[in-house]
Amino acid sequence: MTASATTPTAARVAVQEDRGRRGTTRRRRVQHPWAIVAFVAPFAVMFVLFYLVPIAVAIWQSMLVVEREGTYGAATEVFGGFQQYALVFQNEAFWTSVVRVLVFGIVQVPVMLGLALLFALLLDSPLIRGKKFFRLAFFAPYAVPGVIAAIMWGFLYSPNLSPFEALTSQVNLLSADFVLWAIANVVTWVFVGYNMLIIYSTLLAIPQEIYEAARIDGAGQARIAWSIKIPLVRPALVLTAVLSIIGTLQLLAEPQTFRSFSSAVTSTYTPNMTIYATSSIPNVSLAAAFSVVLALATFILSFTFLRLTRRKGAGE
Amino acid sequence: MSTAIGSDATSASPAVNPKGEARSGGAPASGRGPRESLLSRGGAMLVMAIFTLYFLVPIWWLLVASSKDRGQLFSTNPLWFADFKLFENIANLFAYRDGVYLKWLLNSLLYAGLGAVVATLLASMCGYALAKYRFPGRETIFNVVLGGVLVPATALALPLFLLFSRVQLTDTFWAVFLPSVVSPFGVYLSRVFAEASVPDELLEASRLDGAGELRTFFTVSIRLMFPALVTVFLFQFVTIWNNFFLPLIMLRSEELFPVTYGLYAWNSTINQFPELRTFVLVGSLLSIIPLIITFLLLQRYWRTGLGSGSLK
Repeated sequence: MTASATTPTAARVAVQEDRGRRGTTRRRRVQHPWAIVAFVAPFAVMFVLFYLVPIAVAIWQSMLVVEREGTYGAATEVFGGFQQYALVFQNEAFWTSVVRVLVFGIVQVPVMLGLALLFALLLDSPLIRGKKFFRLAFFAPYAVPGVIAAIMWGFLYSPNLSPFEALTSQVNLLSADFVLWAIANVVTWVFVGYNMLIIYSTLLAIPQEIYEAARIDGAGQARIAWSIKIPLVRPALVLTAVLSIIGTLQLLAEPQTFRSFSSAVTSTYTPNMTIYATSSIPNVSLAAAFSVVLALATFILSFTFLRLTRRKGAGE
Repeated sequence: MSTAIGSDATSASPAVNPKGEARSGGAPASGRGPRESLLSRGGAMLVMAIFTLYFLVPIWWLLVASSKDRGQLFSTNPLWFADFKLFENIANLFAYRDGVYLKWLLNSLLYAGLGAVVATLLASMCGYALAKYRFPGRETIFNVVLGGVLVPATALALPLFLLFSRVQLTDTFWAVFLPSVVSPFGVYLSRVFAEASVPDELLEASRLDGAGELRTFFTVSIRLMFPALVTVFLFQFVTIWNNFFLPLIMLRSEELFPVTYGLYAWNSTINQFPELRTFVLVGSLLSIIPLIITFLLLQRYWRTGLGSGSLK
């Protein structure tokens, strides 16, 4: 978060505040304090209650262990330190599922964002007619919730129902070898249009004059796209990439739905499915520890990605 | 984080035209450079056509499949209509088990519609205050909220369950509704947008006229922020509508299910109850319609907001 202090907006605000201080007293009176409270408090209260408190509860719960007095004695929760985390790190199924979603993401995210970028560039170029139609057609799957998309594609993959029998009779897309990529296709299908639209909106906001010099020099659409447009939509690409990384590690609805189509999808197929399965045993303390580890992993991965892309950007 | 969703609000201004109009989607005449070859034009159209099939054929298949009865589902061409029984199937779906499907649909509309309205209101007020007032702790609040954007909703589901079970509110409407009225991304977007589109001079003028701060917000500022509000509303609407983990972990009573969870539950028992197959298909088809309508109605506004959120 430190970066925000160095951005122009924040800097400008700081300068203004500085001037204010120098001009009058050291501590300026806040104007309209009650209005500020009225504006901020409703959100702040809900944010604390439904974001910060749950996180605190999860961390606390993950430190507890259940102790029983004798076989039939009453169960009590006592503080157990990092015992649950030790179990998390010994849990092979969990780490297998983490590796699985990482492999999934390494393939699916670049494919999806590559397609989204290609479509956005084509929509922004003069090569395409009927832009409005294509925009709507490509975006339509985003209106399909993950569960519903998984149900639809589950049927489409099923050998006896599929309209693509020529394919599904040759390859069983629901078998252990293919089902991960069958799910990847569902996620791609739903989200390509959404990412395309974020990138496309960014392209629309670029002033036309920027392209003029390039055109005078005789650059074609491909060259303009490569040398001007792609560098300019970098922030949008970084944003969509981070959102996709978060989404990948949190995969739940699609694989959970696929369990009724494919026995290859186990109850611990993705990390979130492990958390759900563990919490319904119920072993809430272990599930809480899984949650904390997964949330941290997600946070670290998206943050690292941001750092890497930022450094690369600065070197250009 | 700030790099990603562009903490640099000022340079976002080209996208954040106060009237909410981005440059129109069609290629402007000035966009034509040297005449593009017929080949690349044809190639581009071919790519778009192929992917149009990829995106639309599954939805087309769902429509066709929903119009068939059980026998024809397996015996007729999957991509074309047989006896058109769509309306019969819909009537049967609505009648099944005292209209439990309709109940789910209404639940979803209530969770997502009402939840997104409240979320938009809370987020826009907070984002507006962060943009337009100077007060201690302002940047801290903003940074904590930005951190909240990085916390995935599914990571919160289990902790929320633990919290709600302590106050014995699991398996209630509130367990799914209350957490969904918080939208950190909405605060971020509102702040960026308010900075760019609500001029300080206007607020001063309004103050000179004797209007209170809240009144100014609700009568003047809220209008200027409209494209951002629509975007926040839609984001939150879709998030709640698609949220799966929270209902999965919170709800036991069927009458509280949102439509996605209800269909998931039916789909999971399809092997024991094959007659549910048609209901799952027709129910899936109908459940997509509310979102498509919402998108179509509001797309003029929210695409503007989308651009302003991502541009650095």
